[in-house]
Amino acid sequence: MSIVIIDYGMSNLGSIRRAMEECGADVLVSNNPEDLKISDKIILPGVGAFGDGMKNLNNQGWTKIIREEVLENKIPILGICLGMQLLATKGHEGGEFDGLNLIEGEVVKFTSLDDERIPHVGWNEIVKTKESPIFEGIEDGSDFYFVHSYHFKAKNKEDVIATTSYCGEFASAINKNNIFGTQFHPEKSIPVGFQVLKNFINL
Amino acid sequence: MLKTRIIPTLLWKNIGLVKGIGFDSWRIVGTVLPAIKVYNTRQVDELIIVDILATRENSELDLRALEDFSAECFVPLTVGGGIKNIDDVRKILCAGADKVCINSALFETPELVSEIAKKFGTQCVVGSIDAKKVNGKYECFSHSGTKSTGKEVVEWAKYLESLGAGEILITSIEKDGTMEGYDLELIKKVTEAVKIPVIASGGAGNYEDMYNALDKAKASAVAAASIFHFTQQTPLEAKRYLSSKGIAVRKG
Repeated sequence: MSIVIIDYGMSNLGSIRRAMEECGADVLVSNNPEDLKISDKIILPGVGAFGDGMKNLNNQGWTKIIREEVLENKIPILGICLGMQLLATKGHEGGEFDGLNLIEGEVVKFTSLDDERIPHVGWNEIVKTKESPIFEGIEDGSDFYFVHSYHFKAKNKEDVIATTSYCGEFASAINKNNIFGTQFHPEKSIPVGFQVLKNFINL
Repeated sequence: MLKTRIIPTLLWKNIGLVKGIGFDSWRIVGTVLPAIKVYNTRQVDELIIVDILATRENSELDLRALEDFSAECFVPLTVGGGIKNIDDVRKILCAGADKVCINSALFETPELVSEIAKKFGTQCVVGSIDAKKVNGKYECFSHSGTKSTGKEVVEWAKYLESLGAGEILITSIEKDGTMEGYDLELIKKVTEAVKIPVIASGGAGNYEDMYNALDKAKASAVAAASIFHFTQQTPLEAKRYLSSKGIAVRKG
């Protein structure tokens, strides 16, 4: 059994694979959707634009299988950065696109309120708003590395497990049942980020 | 609150870690891999690593070496040098970089910025500008500072922003390696002109220089090399100093 990292041509794959291995996971970087059927966990990484991301997932045959494995077979999935955003119902980056719709919400661009520069790049703290197994051992106020211009606006507040302040407040992590997403990059946020990855690995 | 980043810059030439003065007279100051290991252990906020020979010698960035570097690096890694097209970017990201910084190629194909932004997101592309004052005006230079481009810095920075650059890395060629302090006038011009984060580079000699770049010139982050290679000063102490002056930095 292994953790499949979805390779849909959109990510810092090298970074995430090495971080997962460093955390003790047996990972398979795969460009074949059929591999999801033999995986016990899924990571959907991603740096890039929402529209291109969904286009790749759709064209390469990932979308249907991801939904089946996650919703019917209850395989845990962790979306990171763009990967978290793709879990949403819709994205508004460069047009309007349907997402994987695993957690209800829309992905919208930051609006600068107080001369904040966009993208939001660097280390920022999270405020835990709800208990979640991926935050086991993570202190409230821990700093994580972010780099993004869009954010996840969850329809249901109870799906948000952490918020972060930038251009107001946004959802920095989400969780609904076996579905997890972090807007920050745990693979680049040592040491706390590795704890998040280990928590996911040990689910 | 978003923390201010202190970013060590590693210049890489063949397998050596080098540092010059005014983009010239390069000295070997070590090897790259051990430096990366140290910065990784110290949990720096981010690292920038640039292959300074790739563009000058019209060669490609050494991906095998990059894979070795990134295998030891679990902090955010920005990589530059010799990037000419979207395929180079894809390979560099696959080899473990999180962002790319591009300079010379943009003077011939500025639309590369849009292409990267569309494919990998704006956050992935750092527009790097090497600037020198010529006849009282700041001009952009390419190919590790060897070629004049005739482009004025502020206009060029705005243009890169409009094309979709996620950050600007602004380096003063004249201040680089001198440890006399950042070119605050140059940095301020750029931070006032664009709304994306600006990383100040070139000239840091002490922590106060960093404070000035942040407080006076309004940079979002500071990059530095010589101060960490040639003095006892460290990113961690820099953060302590900046924190004491009221700048938000990451704990640890």
